[in-house]
Amino acid sequence: MLIRRGSDHIPSSEITPEAVYLNRRKFIGRLGAGAAAIAAGVPLGSQAHAASQSRGQSDELTPYEAITNYNNFYEFGTDKEDPARHAGNFTGHPWSVDVNGHVSKAATYDLPDLLSSFTPEERVYRLRCVEAWSMVIPWQGIPLRDVINYLEPTSSAKYVAFQTLHDPEQMRGQRARVLDWPYVEGLRMDEAMHPLTLLAVGIYERPLLGQNGPPIRLVVPWKYGFKSVKSIVRISFVEEEPPTTWNIMAPQEYGFYANVNPEVDHPRWSQARERRVGELRPRPTPMFNGYGDQVASLYSGMDLTRYY
Amino acid sequence: MAGVLALVPLANIGWDAATGGLGVEPVEALVRRTGWWALTLLVVTLAVTPVRRVTGWNRLIQIRRPVGVISFVYALSHFVIYVAIKQWFALSFIIEDILERPFITAGFITLCLLTPLAATSTRKSIRRLGGKKWRRLHWLIYPAALLGVLHYFWLVKADTRPPLVYAAIVIALLMMRLDLPAPFARKAARSDSAEPAPSRS
Repeated sequence: MLIRRGSDHIPSSEITPEAVYLNRRKFIGRLGAGAAAIAAGVPLGSQAHAASQSRGQSDELTPYEAITNYNNFYEFGTDKEDPARHAGNFTGHPWSVDVNGHVSKAATYDLPDLLSSFTPEERVYRLRCVEAWSMVIPWQGIPLRDVINYLEPTSSAKYVAFQTLHDPEQMRGQRARVLDWPYVEGLRMDEAMHPLTLLAVGIYERPLLGQNGPPIRLVVPWKYGFKSVKSIVRISFVEEEPPTTWNIMAPQEYGFYANVNPEVDHPRWSQARERRVGELRPRPTPMFNGYGDQVASLYSGMDLTRYY
Repeated sequence: MAGVLALVPLANIGWDAATGGLGVEPVEALVRRTGWWALTLLVVTLAVTPVRRVTGWNRLIQIRRPVGVISFVYALSHFVIYVAIKQWFALSFIIEDILERPFITAGFITLCLLTPLAATSTRKSIRRLGGKKWRRLHWLIYPAALLGVLHYFWLVKADTRPPLVYAAIVIALLMMRLDLPAPFARKAARSDSAEPAPSRS
């Protein structure tokens, strides 16, 4: 349902108002229907949430308006408003994804075909940008591990690398060499296989708009936003740690891991606090963006000051 | 005229604040807008004398001090918004920023350099200091502008083109005035004769 062809113009009457949306979630929760999906997507019910509640801070959903008008998507320009301004015609279909490397089912897939065997799930995640602002976003997507299991990587696959579309015709930001295009990102295999890691196709039950990285993007909620690569055209299963764009750009500022960590400051600003978009007062940033219970074990024994 | 000039950025920001033009993160937008106006007006202040010299339009000198003062007002609001809203008066974070983050250090020093210039911008101060001393003090606008540009350059994540444009303009303006390094006031006094010199009035 989420991949709709020719559905660029959805009348505003069809967009679920937030209040209704939230009530519906509660309703579904009470019914127990889809409880598994919601439970998986309830990082907001985790310890970090309890902690923020005790400080009198809540994790309310960020309005759709904000999620779609305040974006870092340098492919469409470096100002926060540029993607909303310039990505209007970028819908992401038709779309194909090239799967290659150490994987049994290497092929170029038509995206709707590839996704047809999966059912999108609902996940409400905090998004923490490396620039110290944050949002809470209701995503619809497919756990990356389901797709990886389907593609059957071989035992040589130690990392998964992702690449964003490179098309300066459509993506005007790519006409200047602000970053080393195309945008590339990567995860260690255990990070990619983690149940929280999502391939998102929608927000607020609408297909991703141009500024949010359609038709398919990564969401890794315990890492800074730049790891969540948008508009993916290539997925490669590789043996070595793949290069990542911001790390190439400024290795002393952006590491491969990029786990949200209030203890390790960005060289140019503190990471101890963040401002939730729409709020005035900064709030403390929790370790691993509040998902430590689920993900801290991935990094046990690692010096996170060194592997930032 | 200067009064009208002062209202342009305020009207621009006020209009956008009223119509939602500051976007979904108005605090960030305010910090950026005030910083942009402060730096832009600082560059305009620097440009007055070279432009006057090239065009021979001497009356232009009248806007120099007012524009400089307005630039300072925006720099100060930029700082106040950062302290009050961005940092929520968290002194330890502010001090850490100023001491440890070079771009904030540069911005803070810029503001410190501009403060005595704004404080001595009245005719009365010029008279009290005397034109020579006053001009020597106000030569500080050059390091202030350079540090202001550096502040901008260091805060940018990837697209360094806009701060580089500012850097090019400031350096060009500086080069145009290298023939009269103001601290050595003998030459400066001669070339700056069109400057209102209340010390002699």
